[in-house]
Amino acid sequence: MTALTRQVTEIQSPTIEYGLLAPMLVVFGAAVLGVLVEAFLPRRVRYPVQVVLSLGALAVALGMVVTLADRVEVAAEGSVAIDGPTLFIQGTVLALSLLSVLLFAERRVDPGGDAFASAASSLPGSEDERTLTAQRVQQTEVYPLVMFSIGGMLLFPASNDLLTMFVALEVLSFPLYLLCGMARRRRLLSQEAAVKYFLLGSFSSAFFIYGVALLYGYAGSVRLSDIDRAVSEQVGSEGLLLAGVALLTVGLLFKIAAVPFHAWTPDVYQGAPTPVTGFMAACTKIAAFGALLRVLYVGLGGLRLDWQPLLWAIAILTMVVGAVVALTQSDVKRMLAYSSIAHAGFVLTGMVVVEPAGISSVLFYLAAYGFATVGAFAVVSLVRDAGGEATHLSRWAGLAKRSPLVAGVFTLFLLAFAGIPLTSGFVGKLVVFLAAWQGGAWPLVLVAVLASAVAAFFYVRVIVLMYFSEPAPEGPTVAVPSPLTAAAIGLGALVTVGLGVAPAPLLTLAEQAAVFVR
Amino acid sequence: MGTTPYLVLSALLFTVGAVGVLLRRNAIVVFMCIELMLNAANLAFVTFARLHGGLDGQVIAFFVMVVAAAEVVVGLAVIVAIFRTRRSASVDDASLLRY
Repeated sequence: MTALTRQVTEIQSPTIEYGLLAPMLVVFGAAVLGVLVEAFLPRRVRYPVQVVLSLGALAVALGMVVTLADRVEVAAEGSVAIDGPTLFIQGTVLALSLLSVLLFAERRVDPGGDAFASAASSLPGSEDERTLTAQRVQQTEVYPLVMFSIGGMLLFPASNDLLTMFVALEVLSFPLYLLCGMARRRRLLSQEAAVKYFLLGSFSSAFFIYGVALLYGYAGSVRLSDIDRAVSEQVGSEGLLLAGVALLTVGLLFKIAAVPFHAWTPDVYQGAPTPVTGFMAACTKIAAFGALLRVLYVGLGGLRLDWQPLLWAIAILTMVVGAVVALTQSDVKRMLAYSSIAHAGFVLTGMVVVEPAGISSVLFYLAAYGFATVGAFAVVSLVRDAGGEATHLSRWAGLAKRSPLVAGVFTLFLLAFAGIPLTSGFVGKLVVFLAAWQGGAWPLVLVAVLASAVAAFFYVRVIVLMYFSEPAPEGPTVAVPSPLTAAAIGLGALVTVGLGVAPAPLLTLAEQAAVFVR
Repeated sequence: MGTTPYLVLSALLFTVGAVGVLLRRNAIVVFMCIELMLNAANLAFVTFARLHGGLDGQVIAFFVMVVAAAEVVVGLAVIVAIFRTRRSASVDDASLLRY
């Protein structure tokens, strides 16, 4: 008995820095509250409560991230790192999530209500589904799901050990698998996208965790700083280390959709409900780049001579495949998916130089890309015909004659993707390519410039289609959105132009943020 | 007895799982193969924990088990939804999304 009490007193409670973790705690707390709202509130009040709860929590978390700026600390017994890159990415993800939740809450564009199925469990085409749609039943369970996913995205780039990173990866992924399968229209495509995303996503996270196991075997710890030390002291067998690094990076490269781990992207982006696609394309990619940066720079910085050549090859493949295959696409969402793959390649270009300039350029590029992406997918959700969104490119012919405003805004986002001056994309590409050039990666920059030229071609092709083609007589209509979507598109456009005209404040912020805590 | 046999077994299980994911057609079987890969990782964690004389690896194995359990919930929900629609769980039949 005395032995037992002695043992109990020896356990020391861990110190948790709640202040530093507050943004994540607020978002997770809101997600849990959202589940309770689903369970206990009557259906008609759920929508306003969920929307206010989600937006409020995201705004509060964003405010907390801003007040935490300049903190460089390790929290929660060393498993969470709060430093410049973490806070910059958390802030970006939160801002983009705010826009995405606005799109989730849109209920005026589709005659049936929002973009999500009345009940995900009802059979597509069944009597059940028709009754629910006729009654205008709308579910609100997407809000807690997206909040859990956002919470995972906040933790993912902040994880300072690989176990935390694995848990964050799964917390951000699981809700996304479900969200992908919940589209109101074209439900077969949506369910198929969910199954594909789920199977390939779990496959890649199995690689990730096996890589973690091998690195644990090599270093005796999953803490990134311990792995870094073990690498510099060369403690164990190199085969174990290299195999572990390879499997681990496969898991991360899958999430950023780098070639050859990109095969899921076009299918999932096309099948998922458009607000979810925009959310995934922007936030998941940004969070995953944050995690990849931390693993490669903090944990495996001593091994850079081994991973740099591989990353070069993957960056080149990603840019070339993304840009070239996008040329052949005839669906707007698929085209944007391939364009997002090409953009992942451009970001990797900035990552291969292990310099602060590389980190800050990547951070800036991610923010610029994220706002344009959410805005572009929001525009896609507005162009509709009887069957839902008219995503086939031929249907977009002459759109400028129907709605000069929507065509104009979409043109702006496409120009930003192409990297035309006075848009955020131009500044982003410029800083990334400069960082890579100064880091000695000039062949990579050469390929990147060529790939940008190819990419510009298919963006301009869409612009020409919208402005210089005759609209089809039975063409799609442009829905008039509620202020929610209008605000999301407006903010996206504003930031895209703002970062193109006056990039200095965000560039300075990114430069100040480019230091990892170890 | 050394730890090598356990590591070899773990690598074998992982390979069987990975090959199964690539070759099998039924979504449920593919999913089981993924679970096999996770369990291979667990075996590796526990073996390395023994090798390093720490408890970290064993604790991590518990985390992986919980994640795998959550994965089953999400995965079966998604697979059952598509099975009810198509009366088939074959990954080859799900081919509406292509170029």
